[in-house]
Amino acid sequence: MSVLALRALSKSFGGVHAVRDVSFEIGKGEFLAMIGPNGAGKSTCFNMINGQLAPDSGEILCEGRNIAGLAPREIWRLGVGRTFQVAATFGSMTVIENVQMALISHARETLRLWRPAAALHRERALELLAQVGMQDAADRPSRELAYGDVKRVELAIALANDPKLLLMDEPTAGMGASERHGLIELVKRLVVERGISVLFTEHSMDVVFAFADRIIVLARGRLIADGDAATIRDDAQVREVYFGTGKTFAGAAR
Amino acid sequence: MTLNAFLFQVLNGLSSASGLFLIAAGLSLIFGVTRIVNLAHGSLYMLGTYIAYSFATKLGGAFGFWGGILATALIVGVIGALIEVVLLRRIYRAPELFQLLATFALVLVINDAALWLWGPSDLLGPRAPGFRGAIEVLGRRLPSYDLLLIVIGPLVLLLLHVILARTRFGRLVRAATQDREMVGALGVNQAILFTSVFALGAALAGLGGALQIAREPANLAMDLTALGDAFVVVVVGGMGSIPGAYLAAVIIAEVKALCVGIGVVDFGFVTINFSKFTLVAEFLVMAIVLIARPYGLLGKAQAAVRSIAEPEEPIRPATPLLKALGVAIFALLLCLPLLAQGSPYLLVLGIDVLIAVIFAASLHFIMGPGGMHSFGHAAYFGLGAYGAALLAKWLGVPFGIALVAAPLLALAGALLFGWFAVRLSGVYLAMLTLAFAQIVWAAVFQWEGFTGGSNGVIGVWPPPPFDRSWVFFLLTLIIAAAAVLLLRRFLFAPFGYAMRAGRDSTLRAEAIGIDVKRVHWLGFAIAGCVCGVAGGLFAFAKGSISPETIHINRSIDGLVMVLLGGVQTLTGPIVGASVFAMLQDTVMRQTEYWRALMGAIILVLVLAFPQGIAGAIGSLWRKLGGRA
Ligand SMILES: Nc1ncnc2c1ncn2[C@@H]1O[C@H](COP(=O)(O)OP(=O)(O)OP(=O)(O)O)[C@@H](O)[C@H]1O
Ligand SMILES: [Mg+2]
Repeated sequence: MSVLALRALSKSFGGVHAVRDVSFEIGKGEFLAMIGPNGAGKSTCFNMINGQLAPDSGEILCEGRNIAGLAPREIWRLGVGRTFQVAATFGSMTVIENVQMALISHARETLRLWRPAAALHRERALELLAQVGMQDAADRPSRELAYGDVKRVELAIALANDPKLLLMDEPTAGMGASERHGLIELVKRLVVERGISVLFTEHSMDVVFAFADRIIVLARGRLIADGDAATIRDDAQVREVYFGTGKTFAGAAR
Repeated sequence: MTLNAFLFQVLNGLSSASGLFLIAAGLSLIFGVTRIVNLAHGSLYMLGTYIAYSFATKLGGAFGFWGGILATALIVGVIGALIEVVLLRRIYRAPELFQLLATFALVLVINDAALWLWGPSDLLGPRAPGFRGAIEVLGRRLPSYDLLLIVIGPLVLLLLHVILARTRFGRLVRAATQDREMVGALGVNQAILFTSVFALGAALAGLGGALQIAREPANLAMDLTALGDAFVVVVVGGMGSIPGAYLAAVIIAEVKALCVGIGVVDFGFVTINFSKFTLVAEFLVMAIVLIARPYGLLGKAQAAVRSIAEPEEPIRPATPLLKALGVAIFALLLCLPLLAQGSPYLLVLGIDVLIAVIFAASLHFIMGPGGMHSFGHAAYFGLGAYGAALLAKWLGVPFGIALVAAPLLALAGALLFGWFAVRLSGVYLAMLTLAFAQIVWAAVFQWEGFTGGSNGVIGVWPPPPFDRSWVFFLLTLIIAAAAVLLLRRFLFAPFGYAMRAGRDSTLRAEAIGIDVKRVHWLGFAIAGCVCGVAGGLFAFAKGSISPETIHINRSIDGLVMVLLGGVQTLTGPIVGASVFAMLQDTVMRQTEYWRALMGAIILVLVLAFPQGIAGAIGSLWRKLGGRA
């Protein structure tokens, strides 16, 4: 059974059809890229999957169970982690406290009033930070970090509840080329080692074509293509959306 | 009530609605464009009544009356423009909380200015020339002046509508209200737009106040009453919506008029005097509307305008230095009774300070780490104080049990009110908490048989040995220390972290499984509960309490204490409360004009020390290379 399946999902804001009749699936351990021009509806899709927005119609099946309309925190408990397009961390906390907070919540300890939080799950938090290469910054205030580093911390937070599905909305925004490859490589390794499924959006085509197992393309709210790198590269409709007619990805990728 | 009597009350309500509308429309306009909630709006209204009174009595005649009313509107408009240019312009970028405090400082200053200029007694103006009589409506006599008022409301609404719809000024106002980015793009014009909107809003308030001279005497309590009314109207109608303000003014005035009209009703098993509900009615309407439509009847959701003065440092456990300092202060306070043998007043002051510390620390708990700016923390103080006092008085409950019951009652109140409050944020949360506090206040004030009404409860003294002030002081000291340490413990525990997580980023917190509303609700309840402890101690320390104990002033005092100390530091509320309580008990007692003094302190604080005392010391310490 697929980890996640979208069935005819739709959402509009006033007159804007942000997402129209979108269906796709993601298998266990699959590294799936969602691409599309600005305003295509990618973030809206993510927001519906993690419960921030309720879809107007359609189903979101997580291992067969319809999760459309559940609250974000309930969906997170089902093992769906997420990072945001505009990174969101707790600015008044240190880097490691950010990760500890997620671990505390995972252990359902948020309402505890007595034992100091700083001592809880510190080891595990350090491990997670080490995985994303941020262990040296553990005790720095998170608001002081460079934007690329904040994105890594977000990844560590998202990994805290051993997710089976990770949603990553532009995980590499604000990173340079080599940093970007490094991060995606890291995520790819997690996919392979732990069998996590990842759905990510990314504007850099070279990264997408180099790492994604499969690619889906959104344009003006509709899903217009779904397939491996070669299929997408040769899809006329996709080329049309990205370049008008005539040009190809071969020229675009760097 | 007969149909005629009912319709007559409806007319009565309409004439009150006009006054409400005038003041609310200005408040709403100002908020829409500048995003400042002008707490001094009621004061401008009060000034209107006083100035128009002076015109009508000094100049006299029809000219003095009618001409005076127009001149008053102009004068108050100019005062508004001055306020905008001199003060508000400096704080548009400051956090919401600071803007609210700065305008509240104006309330205090203007109130004392009026006291100085016009004296403390009520001043009733002359009857309106040309509108002295009454006409027969529905078999009753309706003053013709009321009829005039009924017409003025819709007339002003129409006029405002034309200005907003047809003029360039109106287009700018609408654009600024709808789109914040737009305002930035206006450049120089922005300053002119803001000043003129403020002047227009102030003039409307002045006009509203001036029109009242023939109906009610000018008095020094008008500012807060009018402000409360205007708030309710604006929030119910929707911030920034003028038609909403009129709609809400009519609804509220009608509800009030009907409460009076219904009067005493005998339901057989119970007799209810509905006219006693007038004070509570408007706040009930507001609470219901905010719960059902969080942005008011005709308002639109506002994108949260977040501006934090300085990003907050992570919290760290107390350094050995700080711990030693805390122990030293505690030890010193333990010895205070010995030092105070010569001057018993020192112990009274000490008790006041300690109670203030508990009050401020509990408010800080939700305001700082929770990010919920409660403007009605006095409610929980009052529930504790009245709970303890009434239990002791009516049921003869022993001292110890009454002291334990106080926080439990406050907890119950905070659980109830907090459940609604955490569903809102920012200004709306501030207003709803204020509304709840006013409901508690009004209930205490009007439920005379049970609470003693305006006389309060007297003769609540603790039994021996606590009747000796040094024993009571030590008891208060131990409870205060325990309360402060407990709250601190909570903040370092997962719960405190979760509360800050919800404040820092609700989005992220919810995305990692934290139920932010629930966490904040419990935080609200804990704060209310601890505040109830302070209330219980207060009742027994003073031996008597009155509605004054839980007036809006106490809520504001709490905010000032927290800001004085620094909202971003854990020691802030302790420092702030101590300094404030000592100032209040010493300096402020010396002058009749303590409000103005207090206002001046707040203004200095807001403009010069946005981090508060403890915050300023902390950053100085860090700059000098130490680690606080
Ligand atoms: N909360 C909202 N209210 C109104 N319109 C919205 C809202 N969120 C998104 N939209 C609109 O829906 C459409 C899709 O937006 P979305 O953010 O999903 O695009 P995206 O593919 O993530 O774009 P980008 O690559 O720029 O992040 C856009 O036209 C956007 O303006
Ligand atoms: Mg997006």
